[in-house]
Order: sequence, then C-alpha cells, then structure tokens
Amino acid sequence: MRIAVEHRSVYRFTQPQARIVQMLRLTPCDTQHQTVVSWMVGVDCDARLRDATDGYGNAVTMLYAEGPIEAIEVVVTGEVLTTDNAGVLRGTPEPLPPALFLRSTPRTAPSAALAAFAADVSAGTTDPIERLHRLNQALHARFRCVPDVPDNGLTAAQAFAGKAEASRDVAQMFVSAARTLEAPARYVSGYHLDGTQQCAPHAWCEAWIDGLGWVAFDPVTGLSPADGYVRVAVGLDSEGAAAVAGHRIGHGEEQLAVDLHVDRLGNEE
Amino acid sequence: MGSRGAFDEIWGHGGPDAPRAEFSTLSQWIADTPADELQRRQQSAEAAFRQLGITFAVYGDSDAAERIIPFDIVPRIFLQREWQKLSEGLVQRVEAINAFLEDIYGARRILDEGIIPPELILRNEQFRPEVAGIRPPHGVWAHICGIDLVRTGPDEFYVLEDNARTPSGVSYMLENREAMIRLCPELFRDFRVAPVDSYPDMLLETMRSVAPSGRARPVCVVLTPGHFNSAYYEHSFLADSMGVELVEAADLVVDDDIVYMETIAGRVRVDVIYRRIDDDFLDPLVFKPDSLLGVPGLIAAYRAGNVALLNAPGNGIADDKAIYSYMPEIVRFYSGGEARLPNVETWRCREPQALKYVLDHLPELVVKLVDGSGGYGMLVGPTASSEQIETFRAALIAEPHRYIAQPTLALSTVPTLTEKGLAPRHVDFRPFVLTGSDKVRVVPGGLTRVALREGSLVVNSSQGGGTKDSFVLLGDAA
Repeated sequence: MRIAVEHRSVYRFTQPQARIVQMLRLTPCDTQHQTVVSWMVGVDCDARLRDATDGYGNAVTMLYAEGPIEAIEVVVTGEVLTTDNAGVLRGTPEPLPPALFLRSTPRTAPSAALAAFAADVSAGTTDPIERLHRLNQALHARFRCVPDVPDNGLTAAQAFAGKAEASRDVAQMFVSAARTLEAPARYVSGYHLDGTQQCAPHAWCEAWIDGLGWVAFDPVTGLSPADGYVRVAVGLDSEGAAAVAGHRIGHGEEQLAVDLHVDRLGNEE
Repeated sequence: MGSRGAFDEIWGHGGPDAPRAEFSTLSQWIADTPADELQRRQQSAEAAFRQLGITFAVYGDSDAAERIIPFDIVPRIFLQREWQKLSEGLVQRVEAINAFLEDIYGARRILDEGIIPPELILRNEQFRPEVAGIRPPHGVWAHICGIDLVRTGPDEFYVLEDNARTPSGVSYMLENREAMIRLCPELFRDFRVAPVDSYPDMLLETMRSVAPSGRARPVCVVLTPGHFNSAYYEHSFLADSMGVELVEAADLVVDDDIVYMETIAGRVRVDVIYRRIDDDFLDPLVFKPDSLLGVPGLIAAYRAGNVALLNAPGNGIADDKAIYSYMPEIVRFYSGGEARLPNVETWRCREPQALKYVLDHLPELVVKLVDGSGGYGMLVGPTASSEQIETFRAALIAEPHRYIAQPTLALSTVPTLTEKGLAPRHVDFRPFVLTGSDKVRVVPGGLTRVALREGSLVVNSSQGGGTKDSFVLLGDAA
C-alpha cells in the first residue's frame, strides 16, 4: 500500500518567544515492511534542523529557532510503501535488547486493577502469542476509543480507571499490562490510515515473543497492524516515543493546532 | 564491633606508647603538642571553614546545607609504599569502570558472556537507554571518580563504593590541607608530604584532554545547579581555582547541536562541561521534562560529538550498589587479572541462599538499601537494638531485592582529638582519580572521614562524622 502523510503542527504563542528547541520524532525508517519513498520535515521560519538517531534507534530531528517567534509551523510530508506482515516486524533498528522493555516507567507503572485485568484475560493459556492477543482484544472490548488529542500526561493506571480513551492511553495500558505478564513491550507512535479526521499521531504497541521477535498489536482495533500503518518511533512509554519534545524560552501561553492527513495513494489492491 | 581489636594507622595494635615503627615521629608530635593547643588550632580551622562557607554535604546529606563538617587536626598518613600499592589498585579499578561503561552502552559484551545477569542492567534505572550508542569524546566516561575505601590492616584495603557520577568532597581535601599548612607548619617541615594543591590544574588538564577533536583552545566550564545546592561552595571553588567560568543552565544555549555560553561579549562556544547536575536534570528534552535546571538540546550536542560532559551521563550504572557486588568479575573481565583492591564481601539478598544467610546473621551484618545513600536505610547489626533488627528482618522478607548485606569490618582507626583527649576513631577514605584521554592520575591525597562518636562505624556527616587531612608521604617514615 502506498500511504501519503501530511502532518502540520502550528504552535501559536500569546507572547513572542525568544528561543525554541524541539526534538522531533517524526521520521519513519525503512524496515522489511515499510519503505520510505520520500519524507521531509520542514519549518516555516528561520531555524536549524539536525538529524540524528536516539538511543532507541529512532530517527530524530533537532529544531533550533531564535526569536522573536509568534508562531511556528512544523510540516511533515512524505510517502511510504507498506506491506502486510501480520504484525511481525523484521528489519527494524534494534540497538537495545528486548529485556530492556520490561522496565516500568512512571506512565506505565501498573495499578493493581490493571495487573489483575492482565492476569484475568490471559488466564488459561501459557502461549505467549495467545495471551497477548487476548489482552489486545480485551482492551479493545473494554474501551471506546476517542480521537487522539495532544498529550495530557495520563498514566496507564489512571486511564484504566476510565471508559473511553485515546489510542495513546490504550497503547500505554497494553504496554503496562504486557510487562506484568513478563512480556517485553513498547509503545509505538506513527500514522494509521483509518479514514477519520485526526489531530495527533496514532499509538499502538509491540511485544517481544521469543522465537518470533517483535510483534505489533493495536488495541484500538483489537488486531495486529496490517499495511495501513506507518511506524515512526518506539519508546518505553508515550513520553519516550512522543512526536515532539519541546522547550521554549518566553512568557505566555502556547496553543497547538494539528492538521493531519493520512491517505492512501492509487487504488491498486 | 567498635574499636576493639581495630588496627590503628598510627598506633598499630599497641596503643599510644608503642606506635608503628614508621610513625614514631608523628606519634611524638601528638604526644608533645598539648591537647588545648590542638583544640585551639582545630577551632581556628573550623572558624575559617565557616567563614569560607564550606557548609556542604559530602555524600548526599541533604540536611547538611547550613552546617560545617567538624574538622580533626590530627592527620591521617599514608607511607609512600602503601600509597603506591593503593594507587595501582585504584588505576586498575577506574580503568575497569571506564571499560565497563564503554561496553554496557555499546556492544554489551559482558552481558553476552554471562558475567552479569542482563536484567540487573537492563531493568536498572541507572542504565540510561537515552544515551545508548553514544561514544563520549575520546572514549572516556568516568573522568572524575571518588572511590570509597576502608582499611582493616597495614596493607588491607577494601572498596566500599565506587562513585562515578559527580563525587564531591575534593574541596575538603584542598581546604583541609591549606588549614594544616597554616596551623601545623612543623609537620610539613618534619615530613615530605606530597602536595595536593595541583588538583585544579590536573582537573583542567583532564578536561582539556577530552575536548572534542579539532578544538585548538577548548573552552571549559563548570555547570552548577545553583547556590542552593549543598555543594555549591565546591562548584565555585573549583571553577575559580581552574580559572574557568561557573555557569548555570540558563547561561548555556544549544544551537545547531553546538553548546554556547551567553556572555556580555556575545556567545562563546563551549567544548567541555564539568557538570555537577544529576543526569535527570541535564536536558529536559531527554530526561525529566519538567526540569528547570537543564539545557535543552545538550544531549543532542553530546551525541553529535560537539561537547564533552564530565562525567558522562549514564555512569550511575557503574556505581550502583546492585552492580558493586559484581565488580571483582567486572575488573577480571576487562583487565584480564584479579582485582588488586578487593570488594567487601557482599550478600545479594535477591538471591534466596544469600537472603537466608543474612536473615540468620542479622546481628553481625551491615544491611544496606541498594539505592540508599548518606547512611540512611542502613542497619548496623552489632550496634542495633533488637527492635531495629526485627524491623529490618520484616523489610528484607518483604523486598529482598532492595537490599545487600556485608560483614561489619574492623575499620581502621586514627588518633582523633576528643573532649577527653586523643582517642582512636574509625575512618574511611575517598581518594580522587582523574581519567583523561592520555592517562589516569591518582591525586596523592583524598578525603578522610572520621566517625567522631566512640566506637561508631558511620562516618557520614549527617550521622556525626568529621574530616581529616590525608598525607601521602614522599619518603617512607613519619
């Protein structure tokens, strides 16, 4: 499948900013099931952009801009060719061993309720794939997914107490729950072709299964991602894989408007 | 265990009347100088420290901010041959620490070879995936190490703790020496004491040696969290004596992956940063996002190889207490030989057999939290009440992985001025080891901490500890 992404983020400030430094995780990398045909990260003001790779193997772009800045627009455009791999990943950059992803973070520390839920849905089978699929389906069944909004800092434990959650929250719950089952799991940020209007990147997860490798799960659909996904960044939690980590020097408030289009190009089946 | 049977570094096992042969002159000085004269000099030194504002904590004692740490006028002395042997052990240890860090953030050979259980590293918060894959300029990670040692006999030293993050206390070493030269000049006539006042020059040399390649006249700075930090005196003292700028995060900016310092004359490129800020607060884009102390973009500049950070971020994995017990294996793995400086025997309570032993021998052991510091969260079995022991027993059973246990060692003593005259008091020692791109240097001196309470083994300043000057002799008698 050929997927086109156009992702515009406009930051407006109530007062001009003296400096902005952002770390952008907005660039996908090639894997066996994903070929980046073209990709561009641009900015609408005088800024320096520097590319690097972070400790998790994610492509990052550092953005440095000097003020006064009243607004800044970051535009990501690109095309990616994807193939369906039934969720099993091959050819991803893996600088860290899977066991690292058993580590808990403040956002993924499980509550007793979430751990009990994970134990409950996985009871009766010792097959790791089956356990994780059940977890994925159970989260899908339990939560009504709402459109993604900019990061509100919700933890997996807090989100689990709610009813309707964004993809970021269910993904984080999956990661937290899978780790309680001793499965290394990580948070994935990227783009999903789902035909809806979006205002934040989509989130899903990957879990490590011995003998099989990293396998992707999307608790929003209850399925493993097929070829409608563009995988961008991974991390221990939503903060670690966040599309943007930013810092600004200046007073006033910040407003973020996101315009995100994920479209299928061509109509070949 | 108290001081009974402990080795006194001056008096040996024989007491004041039969000092160790090499220390007869010093012993005589102690005997000849009236106690009230020693008292007067000691008070004069402490008054000077108070005036200087050296009121900082040595080992993370957060409540020490407004106190000075008591100073003891009787120096601790190392003979040249003792020091030589000790230095060799320190160099080997610090080289192993650097090799370990290079490996653990790179190829992780030591995990592949099964020397350390991988989960102990990978699930340890001190292992920082954020800096994985970065190779610091010139491959140096632990530029400034403070290795905490205890001694139990003339040639018996044990490493208690490796400090490979931001070890403090070096300003005590320097200020204590200055006070001793002023107050006891006769000692420096009688003995050839190796000078320590070249430390700032050595540190600056170390900093310059690890500057990113191609920077002809590297700009070095000291980065402090600010004046409210308990070690601020040391930060400003070191910057001052090296003749470099003392900066706070707000003075630094990163642009295009290069670090600059804002000055009245404009931006100046910075090549080497001796940072006295914890990893968590270095760069809000990579570590704690709500940190106001950090420099946004600093890690990007570091990853790009445009700045050296002393010590390297992520070093905490090398001095973690859970890793400590593997140090003999780590030294063997990287140096190919046995550790010249042994560890204190350590039971890892996460291992069921070790836990059983510890629970059976609590009254004899020291039990420590894996992630504790400053002498808190610690049980000293021989001096603990049965109530304290039972509290620890319950804690150990509940969370065994959080604890290690060690035997109570008969720590060496050094004669110390007390209200009742001179008496042996237990000491430990923190020498400072500098690693540059060219070589490893052991500063001939260090920080001696002394437990001022009779029989106490706890030298932390928050628990009634003081400091002494530490002489390294250039000749072989004192």
